[in-house]
Amino acid sequence: MADGKPTTFTLNCPVPRVADDRIVLAHGGGGRLTHQLIEKIFMPAFGNPALEQRHDGAVLPLDGLAAGSRLAFTTDSFVVRPLIFPGGDIGDLAINGTVNDLAMCGARPLYLSAGFILEEGLEMETLRTIVNSMRDAADAAGVKLVTGDTKVVDKGKGDGVFVNTSGIGVIDAAVKTEIGPAAVQAGDVVLISGDLGRHGIAILSVREGLEFEAPILSDTACLWPAVEALLNGGIEIHCLRDLTRGGLATTLNEIASDRNISIRLEETLIPVDEVVQGACEILGLDPLYVANEGRFAVIVSAAQADAALAILKKIPVSAGAVRVGRVEDSPARTVVLQSRIGGNRVVDMLSGEQLPRIC
Amino acid sequence: MCLAVPGRVVEIMDGDDIAFRRGKVDFGGIRKEINLAYTPEVEVGKYVLVHVGFAISVIDEAEAQRVFQYLEEMGGLEEELGEIPQ
Amino acid sequence: MKFLNEYRDPKAAEQLGRAVREKITRPWTIMEICGGQTHTIVKSGLEDLLPREITLVHGPGCPVCVTPIELIDKAVAIAQRPEVIFCSFGDMLRVPGSARSLFDVKAEGGDVRIVYSPLDALKLAKTNPARQVVFFAVGFETTAPANAMSAWQADREGIENFSLLVSHVLVPPAMEALLSSPNCVVQGFLAAGHVCTIMGYDEYYPIAERYRVPIVVTGFEPLDILEGILMTVSQLEEKRHEVENQYSRAVRREGNRPAQQTIAEVFEVVHREWRGLGEIPASGFQLRGRFQKYDANRRFPFSGVPAHESPECISGLILQGIKKPHDCPAFAVKCTPENPLGAPMVSSEGACAAYYHYGRRQTHDVHAELSSPAGR
Repeated sequence: MADGKPTTFTLNCPVPRVADDRIVLAHGGGGRLTHQLIEKIFMPAFGNPALEQRHDGAVLPLDGLAAGSRLAFTTDSFVVRPLIFPGGDIGDLAINGTVNDLAMCGARPLYLSAGFILEEGLEMETLRTIVNSMRDAADAAGVKLVTGDTKVVDKGKGDGVFVNTSGIGVIDAAVKTEIGPAAVQAGDVVLISGDLGRHGIAILSVREGLEFEAPILSDTACLWPAVEALLNGGIEIHCLRDLTRGGLATTLNEIASDRNISIRLEETLIPVDEVVQGACEILGLDPLYVANEGRFAVIVSAAQADAALAILKKIPVSAGAVRVGRVEDSPARTVVLQSRIGGNRVVDMLSGEQLPRIC
Repeated sequence: MCLAVPGRVVEIMDGDDIAFRRGKVDFGGIRKEINLAYTPEVEVGKYVLVHVGFAISVIDEAEAQRVFQYLEEMGGLEEELGEIPQ
Repeated sequence: MKFLNEYRDPKAAEQLGRAVREKITRPWTIMEICGGQTHTIVKSGLEDLLPREITLVHGPGCPVCVTPIELIDKAVAIAQRPEVIFCSFGDMLRVPGSARSLFDVKAEGGDVRIVYSPLDALKLAKTNPARQVVFFAVGFETTAPANAMSAWQADREGIENFSLLVSHVLVPPAMEALLSSPNCVVQGFLAAGHVCTIMGYDEYYPIAERYRVPIVVTGFEPLDILEGILMTVSQLEEKRHEVENQYSRAVRREGNRPAQQTIAEVFEVVHREWRGLGEIPASGFQLRGRFQKYDANRRFPFSGVPAHESPECISGLILQGIKKPHDCPAFAVKCTPENPLGAPMVSSEGACAAYYHYGRRQTHDVHAELSSPAGR
């Protein structure tokens, strides 16, 4: 410059940045960047004929369904923090969560949609990781992601990624009984597919900075193979519920309430990994209320309990299946636990979130 | 405010200032960094009672056995005298 | 987990329960002071193993429950300030103040964070130099050494954007206050084991003598509490009123000397208001000497709205063991964990919350139903 003093330049180039390492608002705008996102991130992961139509909606064949089949349809949204945790990420949860809801209806999961709300500033690498997890989880579950949507919100208005997945499955004509609390009756046996609390503790271990000798991994998994095995094995399923937020206690309370019965649990039968138990002790949490993402409860008649257990134990995702309790008439709408030392207590619904206690 | 959990000291990071002395304590597979200012006598391998991030007592392993010894004696006595009706 | 799981052994529990049944010849009322003990008793259904002659009452063992409502209001006011990061143990978050709780402030956008240790709050002060970090220092003597150390370290390291809102309460004065009340129903005490880990149990000898009550320092696992009850019943049956130590694996008579020294440097004893019980002399701590600069009470002026307690809450009577939660007309009707009228319903150690969650409703006492011969 003429007077020798340096001038400050603003380095704002008027040509739009081709953002490729972070999400920007334009990625949700429907224009070129949105298309780039679809072609570079989503298509390579999920490519299948329906998706490749690139149409407003997926068109799916309905032939080959026997008369008496039913469709199951479900939706779920996923808002976990941290996005990536030991054993998985929000992508795994988004696929498995919806697949499992279909499985809990007794339906073979077939097609999923995925809606993404991305926060401006999200690293592309993170999105890639999540999408790849979804691809792997979908492949493992045998489902296809056939339609989707992406929106972007301003920085500060989202937790990185919010995902919604909706799913369609088919309940075979051969499945005659309505699977739901209505079929539950006194005398029935309550089984669960494996040990409790892994997902919740995996999440908390990141949030609380807990260090493990061997890390606790989330148990996120597709439960359909276990359900399919029960259906094919001639088990008359009275009720199926996956154990997600609020843990076993919440799920069983819902059933007891819906059906106006009592569920009696025995503490010594309920499986909790030693390290998960230790984490719960330190944080002052009760494993009965800690979230799971790859566990379910099944209620069957007493006569079929042993057969059902034998079937479940042969399937990897339910290899740890055990009997934990029984159904009785009273006290109605109540879950009761016989503690290790032989005393009884009521297992109530959670009021709000379980907060770690120090007292 | 009394939730205190027993854990085993697996490492001691000696500071000059006892107030800042920390150790790694293992709780059945979980390791946490704990302030050891109030258990200056503790050694690696010993068990401490931990409350809100601080070791507040070293567990006396001999005393810990006491109740079980007492019960064993009681149990032995019962066997001699026969089951006492409830 | 070692030194934990063994104290949950079913056979040993049964043996101890039987020993109590054999010893007892008449009804006795025993109080446990610590919320952690209440929690274990209710969670393990421990009373099912005890003879009906024993009545267990739950004392003011919940520092959360007895924190004065004015202090909750103050905490809420401080937490609402934009420059403040307000840190607290999880237990305090849902306690109702006159108008709102810390949880409400958090929901409304206030920066309220749950921490596991006071040192976590101190760390936040170091990493957020432009903010004021305030820690809600609530607890019995058990937590005082930890809270004292956070002030000590702050002073040592010259950290200025850190302060403590202190609500420490002391157990022995509360026991004396209860015992000297004409309505006192308590005949024996299970003293709070972790408090005694710090303070020792010298203070209990004059109390046991003056009021002629057995005091047994007791731990927190089912076997500890059963053994503590057995020792108390034995004393009562033998007409003794001594101080004994059940929790000898963790408690020594002189307590933890380094902890006591630090407490003495950082805190001084003051008169304290106990929510529901009124003022008890020499029953609290406040920061002293060069640590007064860390007193959030001084740092944040508070114009103060007159505190407003729910007229229906009978928490005072419950904390003294004179009434049980289901004696309260509002219990489980108007007063629930979602809409608590007073602190004992919301604190995880509060007697009302424990009764509510573990099934002892007014109209439908599930626990009684289970304990009846038909229920078993």
